Amino acid sequence: MSEPIRTRFYNYHLDHNAKMVEFAGYVMPIQYKGITTEHLAVRNNVGMFDLSHMGEFEITGKDATAFVQRTTTNNVEQLEPGQIQYSCITLPTGGIVDDMLVYRMEDGYYLVVNAANIEKDFNWLSSQINEDVQLINHSEQTSLLAIQGPNSEQVMSKITDANLADMAYYTWVRAEVAGCEVMFSRTGYTGEDGFEIYIPPECTDQIWKAAMEAGGKHDMELIGLGARDTLRLEMKMALYGNDIDESTTPVEAGLSFIIDFDKDFIGKDVIETQKKEKPKRRLVCLELSDRAIPRHGYAIFDGEEQIGNVTSGSFSPSLQKPIALGYVARKKAKSGSEVSIEIRNKKVPAVVVKPPFYKDASHK
Amino acid sequence: MDIPSDLKYTKEHEWVSLDGDIATIGITDYAQGELGDIVFVELPAVGESISQMDSFGTIEAVKAVSDLYAPISGEVTEVNEALEDDPLVINRDPYGDGWMVKVRVSDAGQVEQLLDDTGYREILD
Repeated sequence: MSEPIRTRFYNYHLDHNAKMVEFAGYVMPIQYKGITTEHLAVRNNVGMFDLSHMGEFEITGKDATAFVQRTTTNNVEQLEPGQIQYSCITLPTGGIVDDMLVYRMEDGYYLVVNAANIEKDFNWLSSQINEDVQLINHSEQTSLLAIQGPNSEQVMSKITDANLADMAYYTWVRAEVAGCEVMFSRTGYTGEDGFEIYIPPECTDQIWKAAMEAGGKHDMELIGLGARDTLRLEMKMALYGNDIDESTTPVEAGLSFIIDFDKDFIGKDVIETQKKEKPKRRLVCLELSDRAIPRHGYAIFDGEEQIGNVTSGSFSPSLQKPIALGYVARKKAKSGSEVSIEIRNKKVPAVVVKPPFYKDASHK
Repeated sequence: MDIPSDLKYTKEHEWVSLDGDIATIGITDYAQGELGDIVFVELPAVGESISQMDSFGTIEAVKAVSDLYAPISGEVTEVNEALEDDPLVINRDPYGDGWMVKVRVSDAGQVEQLLDDTGYREILD
């Protein structure tokens, strides 16, 4: 492995006593003051994340729309410039190459992909081009800050003149932020209202400083990857590599809402058949009344029969109880189903609940 | 990093203090920092025996789970009940209110096999 990459905010993280860890080839802050404090700051107030490890691709050319339609499951023809959709890239087997956001630009598309998958996605998409399409990887030159929480608009409005009151969720604008022209969107991975700012190298310092100053007036906290994980888990937002991967399909993962069966895309046959015949397993939300915490890989049982595995598990700071995502056999996938999870050789009762775990988020 | 000089330590980041034949056991400041917010501790009941360097319980943090290893052998005489309601006290005060169990030791000489503060500091560096 080569030396992990530092984001352009690395020294700021150290200044704020972040605990740094290696993640997907980057050295990232996992926490500053503590996961619980940071988590609750985003739920109840506002927090800022460095997400510069995420990948950004630009797709242009005469046939960009046809290309993105074919390689992703959602329908990009529904998008007007300025709009965004959640989608995924699938293999001919129906397995998920990656999940991402698709931004509609005036002359093409902007894909925001998972850090661990940048190279894989780029190679896969490149191999699928057979028309007038240009695919450009902007990941290295693009820094990303997310400001998330019910009070995120108050912080954001101090550093931009853009009209935020009229800006809908899942839209983006090009506007000045802290004196720098950037693209930012009203999106996030927390369930809360929030913004994600895509920053060119020459603007990282001025935007960080302006955001910290504006945030300081609202007790904004810096948020690490630890709380990012608990926040997304409470919303049942899938984490690639844990809950979804090339061996899982969007139907199994409960992502049918991002599949458009009225268009053609890679893997459609397999996925459509699975949708009709119903998948053998489904990704479900599990709550435990015990205090022991289920973790990735733990076995899920129906009596003595193993019916699946936990894919993500944590203590939920908002609900103050252990929660998990996991795949279970379809017979036990209905909410209310009682199962058990093996934790240190003990079968702990768990119940399947309706998503999301946390119901009071400022954006659902 | 707080490493009191009057305690003995395991390589697994537990501490023990011995008062007569009663030993008090907890985890170190370093351990609580590495674990992050602690949400649950599974401890033996009063009357159970624990054996030096065997697992005597489990500690669950938001992000990770870790075994607890006994610095010394003995019979549990007291369990810190306050941890049930407020496990974060271990993060706040690992050497004080965050203690976990007290045991009546079977062989006080076992402490000789543990690290002193200097030795423990060395394994952290």
